[in-house]
Amino acid sequence: MEIRSREFPKRAVFAIHDANLQQALDRARDGFIGTRAARAAELPEFEQLREEAKNLKNHILENLDFYLEKYEAAVTAAGGHVHWARDAAEARRIILDICKRREARTVCKGKSMISEEIGLNEALIDNGMEVVETDLGEYIIQLAGEPPSHIIAPAVHKTKKQITELFAHSHNRPPKDTVPDLVNEAREVLRGKFFAADIGITGGNFLIAETGSSLIVTNEGNGDLTQTLGKVHIVTTSIEKVVPTLDDVTLLLRLLARSATGQETESYTTLSTGPRRPGDLDGPEEYHVVLVDNGRSKMLAGRFREMLRCIRCGACMNHCPVYGSVGGHAYGWVYPGPMGSVLTPLIKGLDNAYDLPNACTLNGRCGSVCPVKIPLPDLLRELRHLQHQREISPPRQRHALKLWRFAATRPRLYRLGERIAARALALVGKHHRIHSLPLAGGWTDTRDLPAPAGKTFIDQWKARRGQK
Amino acid sequence: MNAREAILGAVRASLGRGELDAARRAELEARVPAHTRPAIDEDPVERFVRKFESRAGTVARIDDRSQIVAAVEAYRASHDLSKRAAVGGALRELKWPRGWKVHHDPAGIDEALSVTTCFVAVAETGSLIFASGPDNPITHNFVPDDHIVVLERGQIVTHFEDAWPLLRAHGIPRATNIVSGPSRTADVEQTIQLGAHGPRRVHVILIG
Repeated sequence: MEIRSREFPKRAVFAIHDANLQQALDRARDGFIGTRAARAAELPEFEQLREEAKNLKNHILENLDFYLEKYEAAVTAAGGHVHWARDAAEARRIILDICKRREARTVCKGKSMISEEIGLNEALIDNGMEVVETDLGEYIIQLAGEPPSHIIAPAVHKTKKQITELFAHSHNRPPKDTVPDLVNEAREVLRGKFFAADIGITGGNFLIAETGSSLIVTNEGNGDLTQTLGKVHIVTTSIEKVVPTLDDVTLLLRLLARSATGQETESYTTLSTGPRRPGDLDGPEEYHVVLVDNGRSKMLAGRFREMLRCIRCGACMNHCPVYGSVGGHAYGWVYPGPMGSVLTPLIKGLDNAYDLPNACTLNGRCGSVCPVKIPLPDLLRELRHLQHQREISPPRQRHALKLWRFAATRPRLYRLGERIAARALALVGKHHRIHSLPLAGGWTDTRDLPAPAGKTFIDQWKARRGQK
Repeated sequence: MNAREAILGAVRASLGRGELDAARRAELEARVPAHTRPAIDEDPVERFVRKFESRAGTVARIDDRSQIVAAVEAYRASHDLSKRAAVGGALRELKWPRGWKVHHDPAGIDEALSVTTCFVAVAETGSLIFASGPDNPITHNFVPDDHIVVLERGQIVTHFEDAWPLLRAHGIPRATNIVSGPSRTADVEQTIQLGAHGPRRVHVILIG
């Protein structure tokens, strides 16, 4: 998928004025936050589990090479194939080769963010294959020709009315305007696709080294139909998703569903271990896992290793006031919200996503709900620091910061400046509000600047202490 | 250098070390996870039923195996289904009343009803665990509109960690399906709708 994160400011403004989007975002935010809080509150061990999950993921990352090799050996022992892909192009090539060898015409897909990351659909379609997204949300946005706007609820930005129009147009059937009728229509249309598919491609939420299994969680069952009915099952996943044992994955699953959709568990958790076995009546003839690196091994080196703990629940974006105002498309690539604002610059380059780490109020809600305790606000701040060091931030901002540092390291000068500014602003402000201010249009164009009281905090503090 | 060596090399370089030595590998092989399990002081059978029903599953209780077919027939009649079913191989011996057509093949595109057993059930979340094999085609769990699962009391364990040793002893199946109620979606305006792609209803016949 082409990156358009440089357009963030423009797309954010557009999003804020999109009434349909704002309606959809309001609804989603209310739902996600409440249900997650309820599940966390009813499990007394929830905070303990977060701490253990953080430690587990740290342990895995410290020994990542060991667990990857162990996982690969177990997949091979079960008759499956592991393919390693350094980057998106290599991953696409591996998958295309399998599809071409099997002379695939129809490919059914379960939801996979890695597939979005490597731009798989375009590559398959360019090679003459029909690609059918089968997760209802993914299906909706595929019909609309849009990328996902949320990592677990890809069509969260669509209203029911928009989906009604989209289905009526695409299916050439009378418009359905209730949720059950819409879901039924998609079920009917997609049923035939599952049975006709040559290849089934799914993601992998976790990879279990002990058993050589890939694991997916879904609510719809589309992932299972996809991987059972195709002749070949291909798993698109990434290197940090490996976990040592079944007991370890259990810990992460307890946190994933609660943090993501606010359920104790999703409807379906499926472990796939190799291809169809002798005597089996169904299941794929071939089983392939494509392990994508795409910048992750490099991320492992420093401060940003913590980001590799992410289990892709989406809680950070559900609780982010910026995501809640602009939605996922504004971020311009695959991963939106706080986790996306960290991942996008790290995978696609700091200068390709300048605005993302800055589109954050540092309110800290994302970090406080993260099931694996990723300090997202700290990582975003670290990215800003890197942008400054590498001189990617705007020159005006760097000069202003230099000026500020000059003053801030000279307390007398700093206080004098404060005094002058506080008085000047108090004089300009009418009724304690300032409607416009030279050089501060970025603030005053859309809202008033509160006028200061006229005396600085330090002066007032001194005066009050003097009174005592 | 091939991609595998390149990626493993990059991982080790980022970790600031070479390959792990034999001692450290042995330590990791011997690691036994001991994570906190949610405390459960409820009877596992009662909890399974409560949790399964909370996820829109339904449960009918019978005393012994001789009542399975009657319980299936009662469910069929109450949902006005035709007398056809894909039946799991483990239930081959059941005698079906006149008029019923059953088979033990994978579920076809128009399959409306399946009747199967499961490997174990987990009280913690009200989940059924299915292990694929010659008697247990996976399509039985996902294609029909209605899925009936015959479950014995003794198959219900408390936590997932209690199920894993049983699965290891059985041998890890090609597909392990953990099913917690019917298929559902909330992709249209966060409204929960049952029966997205998998079964619209999952019904447990609990023996004992």
